[in-house]
Amino acid sequence: MVVGTQQDARSLVREITAPWKGKQGGVIPVLQETQKQIGYLSREAMEAISEELSVPLAELYGVATFYAQFHLKPRGRHIIRVCRGTACHVRGSAKIMERIMSMLGIEENGTTEDLRFTLEPVACLGCCGLAPVVMIDEDTHGRLTDDPAKLQAFLDNYS
Amino acid sequence: MALYRAHVLICHGTGCASGGSPKVLETFREELQKKNLDKEVLVIATGCHGMCEFGPIVVVYPEGTFYSQVKPEDVAEIVEEHLYKGRIVNRLLYKEPISAQKVCHYKEIPFYGKQHRIVLSNCGYINPDNIDEYISRDGYQALGKCITEMSPAAVIEEMKKSGLRGRGGGGFPTGLKWSFCAASPGNKKYVICNADEGDPGAFMDRSILEGDPHAVLEGMMIGAYAMGADEGYIYCRAEYPLAIKRLQTAIHQATEYGLLGENVLGTDFSFDLHIKEGAGAFVCGEETALMASIEGQRGMPRPRPPFPAVKGLWGKPTNINNVETWANVPRIMLQGAECFAAMGTEKSKGTKVFALTGKVKNTGLVEVPMGITIREIVYEIGGGIIGDKKFKAVQIGGPSGGCLVEEHLDLPVDYESLTAAGAIMGSGGLVVLDESNCMVDTAKFFLEFTQRESCGKCVPCREGTKKMLDILTRITEGNGKPEDLDTLQYLGEQIKATSLCALGGTAPNPVLTTLKYFRHEYEAHINEKRCPAGACQSLLRYTIDPAKCIGCTKCARNCPVNCISGKVKEPHLIDQEKCIKCGACMANCPVGAISKG
Ligand SMILES: Cc1cc2nc3c(=O)[nH]c(=O)nc-3n(C[C@H](O)[C@H](O)[C@H](O)COP(=O)(O)O)c2cc1C
Ligand code: SF4
Ligand code: SF4
Ligand code: FES
Ligand code: FES
Repeated sequence: MVVGTQQDARSLVREITAPWKGKQGGVIPVLQETQKQIGYLSREAMEAISEELSVPLAELYGVATFYAQFHLKPRGRHIIRVCRGTACHVRGSAKIMERIMSMLGIEENGTTEDLRFTLEPVACLGCCGLAPVVMIDEDTHGRLTDDPAKLQAFLDNYS
Repeated sequence: MALYRAHVLICHGTGCASGGSPKVLETFREELQKKNLDKEVLVIATGCHGMCEFGPIVVVYPEGTFYSQVKPEDVAEIVEEHLYKGRIVNRLLYKEPISAQKVCHYKEIPFYGKQHRIVLSNCGYINPDNIDEYISRDGYQALGKCITEMSPAAVIEEMKKSGLRGRGGGGFPTGLKWSFCAASPGNKKYVICNADEGDPGAFMDRSILEGDPHAVLEGMMIGAYAMGADEGYIYCRAEYPLAIKRLQTAIHQATEYGLLGENVLGTDFSFDLHIKEGAGAFVCGEETALMASIEGQRGMPRPRPPFPAVKGLWGKPTNINNVETWANVPRIMLQGAECFAAMGTEKSKGTKVFALTGKVKNTGLVEVPMGITIREIVYEIGGGIIGDKKFKAVQIGGPSGGCLVEEHLDLPVDYESLTAAGAIMGSGGLVVLDESNCMVDTAKFFLEFTQRESCGKCVPCREGTKKMLDILTRITEGNGKPEDLDTLQYLGEQIKATSLCALGGTAPNPVLTTLKYFRHEYEAHINEKRCPAGACQSLLRYTIDPAKCIGCTKCARNCPVNCISGKVKEPHLIDQEKCIKCGACMANCPVGAISKG
């Protein structure tokens, strides 16, 4: 779901923050839910959260930039996560990362210009038996090689 | 309950699920219906068996027939042959890598032979989404016994007697930790389950949460009762969506059964449990950072004391334990401390779950009694090194750990012996390395991880690890200097001594132990510009042996940068300046004339 206007962001945030009013520990769950809904943490959304939860904006940004999970810029429609956990590293995940970077012409944590893909490294995805592993959105692909033709075939499934 | 003549257990752990097991389950349901067997055969989704590499796994009971790598298109055959005609489908049986024999039954598989599955006993056996299955395997009996027959002090005494130590890495005696929190004054206390599982390449906690979530819940409830807490949190990595889903279901069902909430089982004990999703920072696995994160702040560690037992979450006395630690609790309380303490060594009791990965034939999740030797894990459970290459080292304890070498193979796995040898028990990551793994590169890999994850609060950890990483990078690129090794040693010791939390305090370990056992490998990189394992790309050289080359031109045609010259039927030559070390020539040479090193 993409929320376009400032007004939408504000009403969405109001909805998300409602159950946390007057309670402790709401900041991270609210940021998580907002990002889930809009895809990233826009300036408007952050300002709205700051007001609704009465948390200074600077503190909010401090939290958002600390955790790898939060994004302050728009991201691609599809998120490619290349595992670089130990098992995947030992079985050649670095080569796969490099190959995908050159195929998409982006760096680690980069997003393609057409907003189709964002490429991110992650630590262990918890299915090391299938190493090396790449996750695209919610789909896990295991036992990969850096064969460009096969990788391209995977990527073609996501438009 | 209806009676079924056979049960088909289909693994729905993360490994198998991404290999397509939900589709396999669906196909089983369809095929059974077609044959009108759906009233006789029950299909159940289970947690991980630890053999994810051979997934999707399907086990058929009552026989316990173990099928591996089952695809949807194999299902019709299993239904027709096995469930209808009673004939085992040989082709889908698991092939034992050592003997190359097909193995029919679960219990005959050598991978399980040396294991002692206690914490994992329900994983792969019950449906984690159904509380009744947990209860039918004695679930929640320990809780009942504790809150109706035992005083909180008696529960703590029993935990102390069991000798259980924290499985999250530190190895602190659990009963003792509980007694601190119990003794803290205050009428509001918290218990927390640390499910942040940070070690990259380890998934013990994930499998327990996915395969047997109620065991963790029950352990936490017993702990809460013993310490006088009435509220709990499970802090789980957001990268574990399935584990979070299973926990939510478990909490929901336990609440419906009156096991969670007000007046549990009609007693005075009340307990509420919440799940918190982590937000992707390794340092949040550290207990004080974790609590800061639950409170909604940046997850930075703070100095201890005060310890969480005195001043924890929102300033209240709090007890944090790891997933595996909690999951051990119900078993201890049910079977008694003596029974638990009978396993293991003098100071390390019970079992430990390891994620065995790397260059062994059987990788996966293994649960072994404390005191087992590294040799037994690598050669008997792991089935030895892939391709019968030479064993080089095991890296144990992940980014905080160290490596053990050939001379340590007969070392017993317990907290003290591992620490004495320069490694640690850690949380359970165990990576086996062979002769083709470069130790400098391995050390660099772990340091890259900790450097990235340093929260930046203290200078030695933030700047020191960066400096060490720069040096290691230089060495692997062939630009190392002889004095680098002393600098690494010095920086490592300084960072260990002066960092605030154990992230910095242990980050240099992978470097320091490899320096100790593999100094010659570092020296080869620096002095001879050579990577003995042939792993460091920049130091690789592909060369053509003129005596073997038949001049077929295949290498030259496959080289992407055209840096191989030579006439047909004459020996070829690689221009080292231009070579990008892609290895295409070597892969294509029909006579093996090209070597790297
Ligand atoms: C950087 C860092 C990361 C940690 N990550 C984890 C973790 O992922 N899981 C865990 O259980 N303990 C982790 N710990 C250890 C915890 O601080 C704490 O000791 C542990 O949760 C206590 O539980 P236990 O006594 O049951 O082992 C980490 C410690 C540090 C310093
Ligand atoms: S040692 Fe590192 S991770 Fe730990 S508090 Fe200091 S900077 Fe942060
Ligand atoms: S390794 Fe690659 S670039 Fe180098 S000579 Fe062989 S084919 Fe050419
Ligand atoms: S290391 Fe990649 S899935 Fe575990
Ligand atoms: S996920 Fe199926 S065996 Fe591990």
